[in-house]
Amino acid sequence: MRTRKSVWLGLLAVVLFGIVFLVPFAFILFTAAKTRGEAGELQFSLPTNWTLVQNFQDALTARDYLLVIAFINSIVLTVASVAILVVLSSMVAYVLQRRQSRWNGLVNFLVLSGLIIPPAVVPTVWVLQELKLFKTLSGLILIEVAFGLSFCILLFRAFIAAIPRDLDQAAIIDGAGPARLFFRIIFPLLRSVIVTVVVVQSVAIFNDFTNPLYFLPGDENATVQLTVFNFQSQYSTQYNLLFADILLITIPPLLMYMFLNKRIVEGMTAGAVKG
Amino acid sequence: MSTEVKARQTARPAVTTPAAPRRKKSPYPYWFYLPAAVIFFVFFVLPTFSSFFFSLTRWTLFDYEFIGLDNYVAFFQEPALVIGLKNTLIYAAVTCGLKVVLGLLLAVLLTSQIVARGFLRSVAFFPVLVSTIGVGITFTVLMHPDDGLINRSLALVGVEGPAWLVDPTFALLSVALVDVWKGVGLATVIFIAGIVSIPREYFEASSVDGASAFRRFWHIILPLSRPAVATVIILSLIGGLRYFDLIWAMTRGGPGFTSDVMASVIFKQYQAGFYGLSTAGNVVLFVLVTVIVFPLNWYFTRREVDL
Repeated sequence: MRTRKSVWLGLLAVVLFGIVFLVPFAFILFTAAKTRGEAGELQFSLPTNWTLVQNFQDALTARDYLLVIAFINSIVLTVASVAILVVLSSMVAYVLQRRQSRWNGLVNFLVLSGLIIPPAVVPTVWVLQELKLFKTLSGLILIEVAFGLSFCILLFRAFIAAIPRDLDQAAIIDGAGPARLFFRIIFPLLRSVIVTVVVVQSVAIFNDFTNPLYFLPGDENATVQLTVFNFQSQYSTQYNLLFADILLITIPPLLMYMFLNKRIVEGMTAGAVKG
Repeated sequence: MSTEVKARQTARPAVTTPAAPRRKKSPYPYWFYLPAAVIFFVFFVLPTFSSFFFSLTRWTLFDYEFIGLDNYVAFFQEPALVIGLKNTLIYAAVTCGLKVVLGLLLAVLLTSQIVARGFLRSVAFFPVLVSTIGVGITFTVLMHPDDGLINRSLALVGVEGPAWLVDPTFALLSVALVDVWKGVGLATVIFIAGIVSIPREYFEASSVDGASAFRRFWHIILPLSRPAVATVIILSLIGGLRYFDLIWAMTRGGPGFTSDVMASVIFKQYQAGFYGLSTAGNVVLFVLVTVIVFPLNWYFTRREVDL
């Protein structure tokens, strides 16, 4: 009785979830595979001719390979920001967790502020301009690092709390200095939380739209999100290419999700519960 | 990195020994804070503090002129800007409320014994990871008043759908609904984590006592997943009050100014070259977030200690 009821409930849920959550993605895929005229009708239907590969090529080669350049920019931005974030925030989290001092209160407050307070936009542009970093990729990398630190520190701190201090003591007795102790002994033990931080932050930074819009305007070093946003106005009559673009920028997070599903959910809930 | 480390190690005794000969050197040195602190101060703390000053000026980035509270006066006298303030509160409240309610319902459903549970969890969570711009453009097409899939489907069952994004009364709400669609998966997994951590004894005891599913939800799940509820409320308020991406991708504040929020007002003023006014908007948003989120966060953490 009970099991039959739950089977029906499950089937109903599958159908509803399919309509609500999968139809929009199917729409992206179908439209991206249609010819220009057919896509313009905005119908939810299978394409009569699958021209997906052709559309991908057209989207990538449009405007002198702008999307390809944008992909390279986005990947450089993501890899550099995440690498810096991992090293710097694990260092902070380590000292914050291990050393009790009168600074802890202040540091914790700053970490919390970094999570809650919305960044001041124009003054940040001004700082970047004074440092000659406005409209440069390195400037945007530093911005992403500054805005991402808080979240990463919380994740690392929670994990480091579970590493026994006996390990530190043993290494100190063996004559390891602070840097050696951290980078040789502790850092390698953080591998699983590093994977979580890398995955969660890469998705966030790759998908970031607001910060590139403010701090990296201009076509020559646009990121993918910005490029797709700009295509929206140019391709208002070429929905197939617009949705081919959307499909292309959806693939990297989809791949990450397929392989690292557990880690992502873990990281987001762990970070969230602490925040 | 390694050269820096070596330099530190060799330089260290010479610097610290004379200054503090008696104090034992900590194996957890403060200079570990330094690189992160420099970036955080230069690119976050400094702009935040200077925004208070620059909001009182007429500002070109290179030159400024002190004009007192004129920017704030202008801000609160311009109806188009005040709408942004009102819409921000509506948007944050609607998205936060819907994410809590729907997320909780989905979490209860997805922790019960139903078929394809893992698949359903994955499906509900995936939109969290997708590009907001991609989602925004897709739903702009799906919500097209005549040709969009949503209104065509509604027409099939005889319902005339609203004009969604081009209807002034529905525009903000439409964007909020898409935001909920994209973000409810995160709320759901947080609630699932909360529900899973409730000890099984409570459920066993309740089934021995013959409690109905509703009573089980009301008297066990809801009170015992309070920390998760607090987290979702805080997170979605922080996100909702400063939200920009989706609104910009779908309506750019339109039609007119009917779906403008603080973040889009700030961006529009920045684009128009009113840097002082834009920064004043930033300060208003800062105050709004601080006044709402910090006390709420304090309230929730205090209650947690009480439990």
